[in-house]
Amino acid sequence: MRYTKTQSFALIILRITVGWHFLYEGGVKILNPQWTARSYLLDSGGFLKGFFETIAENQTLLAISDSVNAWGLTLIGLSLLLGLLTRFSSIAAMVLLLLYYLSHPAFTGIEYMFPSDGSYFIVNKTLVELFALLVIFAFPTSHILGMQRLLKSNKTFLD
Amino acid sequence: MTKENKDNTSGKISRRDILAGLAALPIVGVIGYGLMRNKAVADKLNSSLLSDIKPEIQSGIPPLIEGKTLRLGIVGTGGRGGYLMKAMGFVHPDRIDEYTTNSKTDKYWKQYLEEFRAQENLNIKITAICDIFDKNAERGMAAGANVHRNGTGGKMDDAPKRYSTYNELIAADDVDAIVIATPDHWHVPIALEASRKGKHVYCEKPLSWSVSETYEIRKTVKKTGIVFQLGHQGRQTESYNVARSLIKQDVIGKISLIEVCTNRNDPNGAWVYDIAPGANEKTIDWKQFIGQAPWHDFSLERFFRWRCWWDYSTGLSGDLFTHEFDALNQILDLGIPNSAMASGGIYFFKDGRTVPDVLNMAMEYTDRDLTLLYSATLASEKNRGKVIMGHDAYLELSDTLIVNVDPRSTRYKQKLEQGIVEPFMPIFSYVPGQGAVDAVTSPTEKYFAGRGLLYTYRDGKAVDTTHLHLREWINCIRAGNGAQPSCNIDQAFQEAMAAHMGTISYKEGRRTYWDKEKEMIV
Repeated sequence: MRYTKTQSFALIILRITVGWHFLYEGGVKILNPQWTARSYLLDSGGFLKGFFETIAENQTLLAISDSVNAWGLTLIGLSLLLGLLTRFSSIAAMVLLLLYYLSHPAFTGIEYMFPSDGSYFIVNKTLVELFALLVIFAFPTSHILGMQRLLKSNKTFLD
Repeated sequence: MTKENKDNTSGKISRRDILAGLAALPIVGVIGYGLMRNKAVADKLNSSLLSDIKPEIQSGIPPLIEGKTLRLGIVGTGGRGGYLMKAMGFVHPDRIDEYTTNSKTDKYWKQYLEEFRAQENLNIKITAICDIFDKNAERGMAAGANVHRNGTGGKMDDAPKRYSTYNELIAADDVDAIVIATPDHWHVPIALEASRKGKHVYCEKPLSWSVSETYEIRKTVKKTGIVFQLGHQGRQTESYNVARSLIKQDVIGKISLIEVCTNRNDPNGAWVYDIAPGANEKTIDWKQFIGQAPWHDFSLERFFRWRCWWDYSTGLSGDLFTHEFDALNQILDLGIPNSAMASGGIYFFKDGRTVPDVLNMAMEYTDRDLTLLYSATLASEKNRGKVIMGHDAYLELSDTLIVNVDPRSTRYKQKLEQGIVEPFMPIFSYVPGQGAVDAVTSPTEKYFAGRGLLYTYRDGKAVDTTHLHLREWINCIRAGNGAQPSCNIDQAFQEAMAAHMGTISYKEGRRTYWDKEKEMIV
């Protein structure tokens, strides 16, 4: 794809900051052996509340969910930052964010234990980040700034 | 832009390509540095908070002692008696039907049923039951026969024999031990009879209805050496054991004040229970119900809502304060207070009851330099918690445990100044099933710890504390080595006397004192 300088700068900055966010969130979880999504899952609301609570209450499912979260966030973060397999990782990132959103949807009438940092109706920051990833997916930049550039591959999916 | 695209398709890797390809590496480095900093701070907080504290956490449940099948008699198979039977694995088949139907649409019921089915078989047989209301007795028999935990139509064993008096039940050859779940005024007379006949006793709380009988039951249980357990299942709550170990290590400093409460706000909580259909003078043995209580003509209200009258009940002090007292006695070995002062009244449920629905008590422990405050209302659910206040920190207890630092603490002064701990914020939390006391370091943990998410787990498995409490009693009987369970007769004596001091103070409008030498309330 061809972008103007401003366009590529904007898209790269978006990819880097989202990657930064993912990598740090994942890294913190990996480095803290006590970390678990259990409390967060038990605090779920909305129509999938039961599904998330089932995960929280099942030791095996919870262990899987914790690993997928910690490593998923880290690898996605690295991929976006380094500019490698970004189209694949942005899809994975959207799936994760969709799950976070569905466990704590910003619907009126649902109260969560964990306080929100703002006021939201349907759209919240998780959803905004999810759509930012859609932009990253639709407008790849790792062939401009990223390891993809070194691979000289023409497979756009690897961008 | 176009130049870069050109570079990218030329098939040759230029210096420019390498720069652009690896441009993000320094950013990864920055994030790595941030992560290491974050971890170093967390580790420092963790090690500095937990460095000199070694909380004791029970691991798992002690194994069930093998032995002969224990033959049990249940005296009182109403609400509480039915629950105790369930905690031992015996439920009326129509309740199983109910759980099964509910679990089809409700996963909480599904879990409830699964947990009940998975509950350990205690190797007991219910051979005898006694209840003075026909319907309760019939239900108790059906539950006792449901050895295989089936619904209606499932395989049942022989039903336990029904006795019309507790004396006959205790005298039966095929009864080794009894469970008492009657109104308060019947606890001691039945427990006494059983002890004298050498039958082991699990008795619902409170131990006694009057002061004088409290001495008698203690004397008899000690003389006969039967295994006695008072029904404070809170003894099995993990967080209480952890609290005990933390306080022993002086984590919260010198304790000067303890606050506990009762906060209920519905008719059931205020003891206004339903009157069972089919209950009348023909189906209830009223004379036996009265027992040592003053005579009153037949009354369905008094029979089903007996907790509302002093004639049969011990009111808020005996019924609900004792839960709080026993928890604290377990944690702090408080014993009987030096004095008690109580006040309150019937302020909401003006339904003819004689026991107060609001009660406040201040109990002084002069040799421990502390006050125990109890406040209770049956008409508001505002929870004041169970809080043990020390000079250095305060400990909040429920199923979970949280320690919050006091801003003026001496012990944590340096840590407060260094910013390692924040005033009024949790520094330790314990959640059952987690297997460790955590130093609370991250904001998320602080938030959740502060809100005390509800867990009822031991080693990751949901357990019923009543089941564990009965199990402990059964294990002591099987061990047969003179060992007594955790809520033994001495603990029960302290519980009863503390409660009576409060009740007498309320009734007589004066401060009551405990004479340690004479072991008397004066």
